[in-house]
Amino acid sequence: MTSGLWELVLEGVWVTIQLLVLSALLATAVSFVVGVARTHRLKFVRFLAGLYTEVFRGTSALVMIFWVFFVLPPAFGWQLVPLWAGTLALGLTYGAYGSEIVRGALAAVDPAQREGGIALSFTPWQRMKLILLPQAVPEMIPPFSNLLIELLKGTALVSIMGMGDLAFSGNLVRLALQESAEIYTYILLIYFVIAFALTRLMRGLEKKLKAGVGKAPKEKTAAVRVPEGSGVS
Amino acid sequence: MKWDWSAVSDFMPYFWDGLLVTLQILALGSLISFVLGLAWALLMRVPSRWVTWPVGAITEFVRNTPLLVQLFFLFYVLPEWGVTFSALTTGVFAIGLHYSTYTMQVYRAGIEAVPVGQWEAATALNLPLRRTWTAVILPQAVRRVVPALGNYVISMLKDTPLLMAITVLEMLGEARLFAQQNFQFTEPLTVIGVAFIVISYLASLALRALERRLVH
Repeated sequence: MTSGLWELVLEGVWVTIQLLVLSALLATAVSFVVGVARTHRLKFVRFLAGLYTEVFRGTSALVMIFWVFFVLPPAFGWQLVPLWAGTLALGLTYGAYGSEIVRGALAAVDPAQREGGIALSFTPWQRMKLILLPQAVPEMIPPFSNLLIELLKGTALVSIMGMGDLAFSGNLVRLALQESAEIYTYILLIYFVIAFALTRLMRGLEKKLKAGVGKAPKEKTAAVRVPEGSGVS
Repeated sequence: MKWDWSAVSDFMPYFWDGLLVTLQILALGSLISFVLGLAWALLMRVPSRWVTWPVGAITEFVRNTPLLVQLFFLFYVLPEWGVTFSALTTGVFAIGLHYSTYTMQVYRAGIEAVPVGQWEAATALNLPLRRTWTAVILPQAVRRVVPALGNYVISMLKDTPLLMAITVLEMLGEARLFAQQNFQFTEPLTVIGVAFIVISYLASLALRALERRLVH
């Protein structure tokens, strides 16, 4: 492989990382908004959030990408830049998966914590912000880490729409060299390295967040019981 | 926004063709992933690092890299090595291989969840290793993992459109072909989008019913 072709691959890596970061941000925002909405006291809000999750989880990410690229422009007169169209499709789809994680983690917080908030006459928003989320967020990190890897794998789909990401650069090099084993091995290895780095990053984040709420990252300290009656001070 | 019902009815024959191919991919892909996943899970229990280390590395690699690039790899590289399969066969194998790395973890959890007393009873009854697995451990493990396997079948359904990239005409492939020939993108893409939602919703209902039956 010549250095020009390597440059092509590096550009692809850059596009993939941009797309990954942007769609991860959108997906996180969507997961928290929809996930928290699913615990709302109004049934209507819960229903809307549930509908969103079912619809976006039910359809395929690739079909969603096609839809955003081909149906949205004529239907609503929007012509999005490919990067934003890809971000939108991936962020909305993976956000629906993420909202289930958020909902599950919120439901797993000890009910006494909620009740404590009610007893102290916190508003629902204060309960969410000061009591539930700080305890739920560290528990969300391992499933979010898996979802992030799925999202990284999902970013390869935009290459079908002709966006110059890592998978697309692989196709260009294959056409240039008329030889595929070498380049696709490199591409797979690059994806693997990115995935490995992301896993490490998320593990570090989990450690930090769990230390913030006084929990060790592993379950080693679970044997130490909190003395009864210590209560909320 | 224009919606043309006649385009929908024109598309329907192609839609059924595509649906059939999608379901074929799903059925065969699931079968491969169930069998291969069990094989990986059993190999990971072989008490030798020479087996577990390569199997662990391969499955970890396959799980953490995009299915799309794996499809390209198999589709373009295998012919260079003198092995030619049809696009459909390659796609089914790739999707089955990819998901076997997920089902492997499901099986592992299921096997580990079998109470240790079952192992001890098998030893006490002097059952040979083969009988221990086939008559005692696996029947209990597989029963536990059916719901989790079903979830992966539903995710696999949502990954079948990727086979379009290697020229397989499943639902999305048919929709794209129809759209390009008639310059009508909205209707076919929406029809298959709705079809995916309906199928995966029905599948999750069926799975929940199955789960209830297995619990009792």
